[in-house]
Amino acid sequence: MTAPNVDSRRQSGPAGDAQALAVDLRGVHKRFGSVEAVKGMDLTIASGEIVAFLGPNGAGKTSTIDMILGLSRPTEGEVSVLGMQPRQAIARGLVSAVMQTGGLLKDLTVAETARYTASLFNHSRPVEEVLDRAGLGGITERKVGKCSGGEQQRLRFAMALLSDPELLVLDEPTTGMDVEGRRSFWAAIRHDSAEGRTVVFATHYLEEADAYADRIVLMRRGQIVADGTSSQIKALAAGRTVRATLAGADEASLSRIAGADSAEVRGATVLIHASDSDVVARHLLNHTSARDLEITTRALEDAFVALTGDGDGTPAHTNAGELR
Amino acid sequence: MSTPHVDVVDLSARRAPGMGGFNLTVLGLEVRRLLRNRRTVLFTMVLPVMFFLLFGLNSQYVDQSAGHGNVSAAIMISMALYGAVLATTNGGAMVSIERAAGWSRQLRLTPLSPVAYIAIKMLTAMVLGLASVLAVYVVGLLVGRPTMPTYLWVVTGLSVWIGSLLFAAFGLCMGYLLPTENVMQILSFALVLFAFGGGLFIPLDQFPHLLQTMAGFTPLYGLNQLVHAPLMATGASLWWVVNVLVWLALFAGGAVWRFRSDTERV
Repeated sequence: MTAPNVDSRRQSGPAGDAQALAVDLRGVHKRFGSVEAVKGMDLTIASGEIVAFLGPNGAGKTSTIDMILGLSRPTEGEVSVLGMQPRQAIARGLVSAVMQTGGLLKDLTVAETARYTASLFNHSRPVEEVLDRAGLGGITERKVGKCSGGEQQRLRFAMALLSDPELLVLDEPTTGMDVEGRRSFWAAIRHDSAEGRTVVFATHYLEEADAYADRIVLMRRGQIVADGTSSQIKALAAGRTVRATLAGADEASLSRIAGADSAEVRGATVLIHASDSDVVARHLLNHTSARDLEITTRALEDAFVALTGDGDGTPAHTNAGELR
Repeated sequence: MSTPHVDVVDLSARRAPGMGGFNLTVLGLEVRRLLRNRRTVLFTMVLPVMFFLLFGLNSQYVDQSAGHGNVSAAIMISMALYGAVLATTNGGAMVSIERAAGWSRQLRLTPLSPVAYIAIKMLTAMVLGLASVLAVYVVGLLVGRPTMPTYLWVVTGLSVWIGSLLFAAFGLCMGYLLPTENVMQILSFALVLFAFGGGLFIPLDQFPHLLQTMAGFTPLYGLNQLVHAPLMATGASLWWVVNVLVWLALFAGGAVWRFRSDTERV
């Protein structure tokens, strides 16, 4: 059996011959009065990608997500989702979202909430099955107002999956969850995206972006400041450090190696900061007697601070891993 | 590494639902939700029935004729109208609570169109209004004091019910204007004032002249006169119709205006 080609299903899509991207933003601006929340964003997300929007508050993450979901329209530029207008994709049940808070009626039961939501779609998965998979099978008759925060979040997640969407959007989905809750939430998302779903999530938890996204889009003040895998983002901000044991080296000649930015010699240990660590490592191994080679990337957090810092001396982060 | 499994979803096979997502499952759940709320049931069904039992049954009213029936029947109609407008206002004002809870925003992430949402709210309000009218009329039948020809039970009951649509629009309009969970407390108070102005509790001819004139402009005045007209056999005044239409235009216009700016922003 061969795996179906991801692209083949796009050819008959509403976009016609054009290959439909999960998300396509072109020259998007969003202004609220005199405030420009999104300043010219171009972004394409292919089907099946898991993408994190990472940035401090006010970076434009939520504004961008609102436009992808058709909750607001761009002031300028174009947004298309799966080759159609966001509202059309929503109406077909192809896009769904898990919001941070709210969005539930306290006086409905868990099962009623799910049945209500499912009835609105032309195509939906069986309510029982979706609730079971979200771990809500035992509390279907409980009033939503009596559910814990974690149970409510699982219900939001279940509601988002009822229409079997192609694109799942999560706006800071684990805010307020404990470590265990966060871990099991992401395990469920991982399990789910193994079925080929595209997932876009906004977060200010660095480790979340690092651990769960294939790709990180780093935002700052309404613009994309970096876009790549988490290791690319780290390298972009800080480069890598090649560390080796090499007797009798001098800093001047080491820093002349192609790909090296600067070098430091500490006794028999040399430290070379490199924008292209591969070239430096190859040179050291092929042309010198260097051994015990070690290549390290600076923490994503450092990259984050370097790229999103306001430049006024105020660090963008408050404590390890969490940024505001 | 596991073999990637790709779930094939044929995008062209997915369709938007008909009627903007309007369906009977939702309507049924909305009605159940309202009937499950004890306070709602108390205010929209128990209270008007109690008012009718307290004020509509003394022997003087039973003996005194009013048009084709007796005064007791006229009071029953007034109390049914009071219950119905409480019910439909309550139903319409639910949008306030749903907006505060973020439910309206959640619904914007489904195919449910805003117009279908409003239709569901209005219909739910009307179902509750019908229950309220039936409660008063059934109690009226059981106690046997109000008298009027059978066809008038049907005609006045239906008039009250259909007329209460005006207050579904009122509730909706206020639900959008007042973003508070306590919206019904404010509106219940307003409805008591409207009920006095409309002559539902005390006949207007017992008011001083100035108050009578002012009462003619309040939102329950025209409607109350119109629903009593078949019983009283006095014919309808154009002023009553104008009163109802002007208030309907104001409430519906206000609801549409708020609703539009709400869906723009969400």
